[in-house]
Amino acid sequence: MDRNAVTPSAAAQSLPLLSDEQMASFVARGFLRFDGVVPGDINAQFMAEAGDAPDAEAGRKLRAAYGQMLAQNEIPEVAPGTPLFQAYSEGTALQRLLDLPLVRGAIRSLLGENPVFDHHFLHMTFPPRYHQAAGGENVSQHTHQDSTIDPRLAFDVQIMYYPHAVTREMGGTRFIPGTHLRKVSEVALGRYQNVRGQQHMVCEAGTLLFMHHGIWHGGGVNHSDDTRTMFKIRMHASGSQSRQWDVTDRPASESQRPIFYVKGRPASDTVAAILMTPEPWFEQDTGRLEFVNRVKLWRYLTDDPAYDADYWLTRLEHAPMVLA
Amino acid sequence: MGGGRQKVLVLYLANSALDSPVVGWARYDGTAETLHMAGDADETPYATGLAALTDGWRLFQASQLLPHPRGEEFDLAYLKYEFWFEQWIETP
Repeated sequence: MDRNAVTPSAAAQSLPLLSDEQMASFVARGFLRFDGVVPGDINAQFMAEAGDAPDAEAGRKLRAAYGQMLAQNEIPEVAPGTPLFQAYSEGTALQRLLDLPLVRGAIRSLLGENPVFDHHFLHMTFPPRYHQAAGGENVSQHTHQDSTIDPRLAFDVQIMYYPHAVTREMGGTRFIPGTHLRKVSEVALGRYQNVRGQQHMVCEAGTLLFMHHGIWHGGGVNHSDDTRTMFKIRMHASGSQSRQWDVTDRPASESQRPIFYVKGRPASDTVAAILMTPEPWFEQDTGRLEFVNRVKLWRYLTDDPAYDADYWLTRLEHAPMVLA
Repeated sequence: MGGGRQKVLVLYLANSALDSPVVGWARYDGTAETLHMAGDADETPYATGLAALTDGWRLFQASQLLPHPRGEEFDLAYLKYEFWFEQWIETP
């Protein structure tokens, strides 16, 4: 195989595809964040199409308020398995969002051609007065991984869309970078209240978070007076995920960098350096296994079974020939 | 109702040594004086498990060290080094 071949179609070449460094960061940390990239008119249109939550009412459960809003708003039901770019009608806020070149390019880079819609959901996090009226407790969502145990190397993508500004008081989506390669069972990890390095989505309107399906996350508690809105769309590949980003500058081969005994700070912007950057929560021994799993995912994406960073897999795969 | 109430602290450490750094944590307060929840703090309550001991927490459970099943040596799931502590609060 010619590893320098440019595989994206002509249409894709005009899209702003992700770079090597962005893809390596996604592999290592499980997310890419784009702040304020959705124009204000799309954000306003989305909020209008999503509709307003009914006012807090004594004795009315939040589920009832939610159900009323979903039934009345303009965001459609969509069946899983629908081609992603046929999921929404022309001119709707969500179709306009998916048509943004940055969004198209990122989806193409991560999932290849013809991505498929899995599901979407309107996440509303209500302010304290709703909980007081309903007689419930205003607490954050337990940390979890979406769907169920997923042993694949292939990955789905979830776009988290923040149509209005989110302040820290509003809670925001909490997520833990680098947890996406752990094979866990949904909210079985709910007892982990806090993990070093966790992030809270405090952002301006029109921010997008592209997440690997496996990343640990949860909704933050809303202490503000305003309802917080986030819209999630999950999608998966229909074909190859290999070399779908901007691979025009990919080197034919990548030499190993010196490890452990080094005389200065190594470059931090290479693929190897990005893949080998630990997270604050890494355990000392399993952090090394995280590196191994990142290299395996990079091999999958680059279609290069010999790729390695810092010799983690080469060392394990080295099998001296036994002479008779 | 008198007798006492339990406070629980769960620490996740960087290795199996109690004096290794804290990487994750959870707190539950049986006295109901405080309510802890996911994402409520970004700073670790203690630097290490040992620091919790010296502050008066009583260790009552630690995770085991288990061998790695053949063929699953690189599979990662839950945090590995879990330590449970308690404080018993006497109530009138």
